[in-house]
Amino acid sequence: MALHQSLDRAPVRQVRKPSSARRSGAVRRREQALGWAMLGPAVLLLILFVVVPALLAFGLAFTNARLLAPYAPSFVGLDNFVRLFQDETFWHSLLNVAYFAVVVVPLQSGVALGMALLINVKVRGVNFFRTLYFLPVVTSMVVVSLLWLFMYRQEGLLNEIIARVTFGLVHGPDWLNNTSTAMPAIILMSVWQAAGFHMIIWLSGLQTIPADLYEAAAIDGVGGWQRFRFITWPSLRPTRNLILVTITIQALSLFTQINVMTQGGPLDSTSTIVFQAVRAGFQQQETSYASAISLVFFVLVLIVSGVQRYLTREKS
Amino acid sequence: MKTALKRVLAASVAAVAIGGSLAACGSGSGSGGSGDGANGTLTLWTHNAGNAAELAADQSLVDAFNASQSKVKIKVQAFPQDSYNNSVVSAAAAHKLPCLVDIDEPNVPNWAWSKYLQPLNLSADLSQNLPSTVGKWNGQTYSVGLYDVALAMFARKSDLQAAGVRVPTAEKPWTKDEFNSALASLKKLGKWDYPLDLGTAGTGEWLPYAYSPLLQSFGGDLINRTDYQTADGALNGDKAVAWAQWFRGLVTQGYMAQKSGQDSTKDFLNGKSAIVYTGSWAADQARKALGDDLVVLPVPNLGAGPKIGGGSWQWGVTTGCQNSQAAMDFLSFMLKPENVAKVASATGTIPATQAAAALMPDYAANGADSVFREFSKSYAVMRPETPAYPFIATEFGKTVQDILSGGDAKSALDKAVKNINDNIKSNNGYKS
Amino acid sequence: MATVQLDPTAVARKSATRGLRPGTGIGGWVLRIALAIVFSFPLLFMFVSSLKPDQQIFGDLSSIAAFLPVGHLSLDNYGAVFDRVPAARFLVNSVGVSVVTVVLGVIINSMAAFALSRMRVRGKAVILTLIIATLIVPFETLALPLVWWVNQLPWLQFDGFNLTLTQGWLDTYRVQIVPFIANAFSVYLFHQYFESIPKELDEAARVDGASWFTIYRKVVMPLSGPAVATVAILTFLPAWNSYLWPLMVVQSEELRPVMIGVQYFFQLNVSWGQVMAYTSIITLPVVALFIAFQRAFVNSIASSGVKG
Repeated sequence: MALHQSLDRAPVRQVRKPSSARRSGAVRRREQALGWAMLGPAVLLLILFVVVPALLAFGLAFTNARLLAPYAPSFVGLDNFVRLFQDETFWHSLLNVAYFAVVVVPLQSGVALGMALLINVKVRGVNFFRTLYFLPVVTSMVVVSLLWLFMYRQEGLLNEIIARVTFGLVHGPDWLNNTSTAMPAIILMSVWQAAGFHMIIWLSGLQTIPADLYEAAAIDGVGGWQRFRFITWPSLRPTRNLILVTITIQALSLFTQINVMTQGGPLDSTSTIVFQAVRAGFQQQETSYASAISLVFFVLVLIVSGVQRYLTREKS
Repeated sequence: MKTALKRVLAASVAAVAIGGSLAACGSGSGSGGSGDGANGTLTLWTHNAGNAAELAADQSLVDAFNASQSKVKIKVQAFPQDSYNNSVVSAAAAHKLPCLVDIDEPNVPNWAWSKYLQPLNLSADLSQNLPSTVGKWNGQTYSVGLYDVALAMFARKSDLQAAGVRVPTAEKPWTKDEFNSALASLKKLGKWDYPLDLGTAGTGEWLPYAYSPLLQSFGGDLINRTDYQTADGALNGDKAVAWAQWFRGLVTQGYMAQKSGQDSTKDFLNGKSAIVYTGSWAADQARKALGDDLVVLPVPNLGAGPKIGGGSWQWGVTTGCQNSQAAMDFLSFMLKPENVAKVASATGTIPATQAAAALMPDYAANGADSVFREFSKSYAVMRPETPAYPFIATEFGKTVQDILSGGDAKSALDKAVKNINDNIKSNNGYKS
Repeated sequence: MATVQLDPTAVARKSATRGLRPGTGIGGWVLRIALAIVFSFPLLFMFVSSLKPDQQIFGDLSSIAAFLPVGHLSLDNYGAVFDRVPAARFLVNSVGVSVVTVVLGVIINSMAAFALSRMRVRGKAVILTLIIATLIVPFETLALPLVWWVNQLPWLQFDGFNLTLTQGWLDTYRVQIVPFIANAFSVYLFHQYFESIPKELDEAARVDGASWFTIYRKVVMPLSGPAVATVAILTFLPAWNSYLWPLMVVQSEELRPVMIGVQYFFQLNVSWGQVMAYTSIITLPVVALFIAFQRAFVNSIASSGVKG
C-alpha cells in the first residue's frame, strides 16, 4: 500500500492551491477563454461529425424514411422498434454479440497484457518481437479477414496443421460453415488481430510505473508474482479501465469480419447488431429501420458502459 | 526534448505540403454532381473497375463518340462492382448522380420509382433487342443493355460418358429425376468430393440471379406477379418448399458443397467438379482449356420448364442530367451493331441484337456460342419488375444461405415472405 | 550499489528474481518465439503467396511450402497489379490523407486534452465525460446520415484572389480527413498521459511568466513523446484502412484510397496471387512506418525521462 500511495498525485494538487487562490478574476477569465479556445476545435469537430449525425439517425428511427424514395418521410411512431423486437435475427444478433464480448474481453485483454509483460524488459531483440506482435494490427481488417478465410477452409491451413499435429487423428471442421464453430473462429481471429493494439496500451501503462518501485522491490527480495500483484497490477488501474472500455465497445461493434467472412451466417450464428444495421441501411436501403437498430445499439452500449463504470469505480 | 518538438513541426510542415499538392491535383475533378452535363461534359459511371477488358471496350466507345461530334464530351468513371450500388445510392442521396449510369437490370424499377432514372427516348430502334436487354417499369423503358448473359452448365463429355449419363440438349434438357440420377452416377465414379458446383460461395446479387430460376423451374417464384403486393404462396408455397428441400438435399447427399470454392470455373477446369453452373462469360476460357471435351448443357427442367435469369448490366439516364439529349444520343450511338459487337466480344456476353450477333463469328448462326443466345431467348425469366426487388433480393439471398446451412425450409421461407410483405406495406405498396 | 554487490546473498537474490521476471528465462523466450510465429505467419503467407502463380498457391496450401518462397517465383503478380489498379495514385492519396489526419489529430486532440488536464475550464469533468461518450457510437451506424450531412456543409473555396462559398464536401480529400481529426480516444489518451506529468513543472513555468500555450508547447508536449507516438499510430491505422466511408463519399478514381483497390480484384476471375500482391503493397508501407515510428516511440521514452 505504501508503494501505491507514492503514485498518488494528491500532494501535487495541494501545492497548487495557494498559488491559484491568489489569482485575480481577470486572469481566471482569460484562462477560461484560452481553455475554451484550445478545446474548441476538437469539441466543434466532434459535434459536427458525431453528435449531429447521431441526432439525425435518432430522428429517422421514428419515421419511414428511405434513402431512395419518391415520397416524403412521415412519422410512424414506434413501428420500426415493434418490427425489430419481433425479428428473430435481432435476438440472435444480441446473443451473438453478448457471446463474443464475454469471451473476447477477458481473452484479448489477458493475452495483450501477457504480451506487454513479455516485451517490457530491457533485453536485446525485444523490439523485434514487439514489431511482430503488432503486425496484425497494422494490417487492415479487410485484408486479415481475406487471409483467414483461406485458413479456415475445409482443406485450409488450419485444418492441415491440426491434422499434422494430431497425426491425422483429428479432422477439423469447415470452420465458418458450421453453426457451432463459426463464432469461435471469428473470436480467435479477432483476438489475433487486435491483441497487439491493446498490448501497446498496456505497455504505455507499464512504462509509467516508476522503475524505482521495482528496484526497491528487488532489494527487498520480492518475487515475480508478488511484484506483479502488488506493484504492476495496482499501478495499471487507469490503463485497465481504458482497456476494458475500449475492448468492450470494440466487441459490441463487431462488424467488418462478419461482413467479409460470413455475412451473419450460417443460420444467423454470427449475425451482429451493427452488421444487421448496415445490412438494413445499405443493402436494403431501409434507412429508418437501420436507424432504429442503431438507436437500440446505443442504448445497449450505454447500459453496458454504465455497469462497467459502476463496477470499476473507486472503492475508497 | 527540443528535438521531439522539431520532429512534430517538421512532420506538420510535410503534411501540409502533401495536403496542398494533393488538393491541387484533386481540384477540377469535382464535377459529376446533380448538375452534371451543364458544362458540356457528361459523366458516365460503370461498375467495371478492375475488369480491364470491359472497361477498355466502354472507353473505346466513349472515345469514338467524343470524336464523332464536338458538342459534348463523355467522361468515364469506373467503380468496383461489389460496391457499385452503394456508391450510386450514396450519390443519389446527396443528389450527386452523373448523367449516365450503369445499372443492373433488376434494380431498374426501384431506381425509376425513386425518380433517379428518366424514361428513355432514343432514336435507335429497341424492338430488335433481346427482350431481356431492355429495362422496363410501369410501361415505360428506362434502360437498355448492349448484352445479356445466360447461365448454363459446363461438363466434360468424357466424364458424362464414363458415368453413363445422357448429354442433354436445348430441345431435351434433363428432367429433375435425370439430373438427380446423373449426379448419383457421377458421385459413384469417386473422382470428385462433390460432382456439382452451383457456386454456393457466391454472395450478393449472384444468389437471386443463380437460384431464383431454379425455384421458378419448380413452379415457385420470388413474389406473386399479378400485382407485386405479396410473396405469400409464391415464395413459401408447396412448390417453393419442395425446391428448398431439393436444394438442401444436394448438400446432404454429398452432391455439392455447402460452400463452394471462390472461383467455381477455375475449380471445374482444375478437375475439382464434374458439372459447374456458370455463364456465357466463362465459355471462352473453358473451351481453350478443354477443347472438344467441353459440353455446354442447358439447365435442367425441374418441373415447370428450364429457367435462367434474364437481364444484365444496362445503361440509363438520370433525372438530374442537364443535357439529357446528349445522353440519349450517346445511348443510341452505343446501340450501333458494331459497337454492341465490340462490347459483347470483349466481355464474352450475348450481343443484344441479331445485327450485332451477325458480326461475331461465335454468335452467328451455328457459332460456338450461339447456344447461349438460344438459352437466353427460350429460358430467360426476368426478375420481378417491382421497386421492391432490391429488398426481395437481399431477403432471398439470406434465405438461400440459411437453407443451404440446413435451416428449416418452410420457416425460412415464411420468414422471408413476412419480411418482404412488411417492406412492401411500409412503402405503401410501392405505388408510383 | 557497491555495498549491495559486496553482499553475496544480495547478488544471489538479484539473479533469482531476474529469473522470475517474465521473459528473461527460457520459458519467456519460448513464449515470445511461439507468439511471434502465431502473429506473423498469415502475413508471411500473404507475402510469399504474392510471388507465386495462382496454381501453385493452392498446390502449396497443404504443406509448409505455403510459407516458403519456393517453386516458381516471380514479380508477375506485382506487374499485373499495376495494370489493373492505379495503385501508385491510390498510395499517394492514402499517404496524404492519413498523414494530414494524423498531424491535425495530434495537434487538436492534445490541445483539448491539455485544456482539460491543466486549465480551469468550467465543467471540464462533464466535458471529458461527454467527449468519451462519443466513443460508443460506431462509425458504421452514422455513415448514412453523415453522407447527407457532409453534402450540406459549406466550404470556402480559394482560387487565385477570389474567395467563394461552395456547398457540399463529397468527392474531395477533405471529406476523407476532417471528420476523423477529432477523436475521443486520442483526447482520452493524451489526458491520461498529461495527468501523469508532474504539475510542478508547469507551475514552475507559470512562475517564470510562461503563457498557457507556451507551457503546452514547450513543457507538456515535449514530455509526451510516447502519447504522441501512440496517438499517431492509432490515428494513422484507421485512416489508412478506411474503406466504407470513401466508398460512399468519393466518386472520382483520382481521389480514392488504397483499400478501395482491393475490390478491383474481385471482379470476374479472382487471381489470388494478385490479391496477395496488392494487399502486400498496401500493408508493407504501414509496417515500415510502424517500425520507423516505434524507434521514435522508444527514444522519446528514454530521452524525456518520463518515469511517472
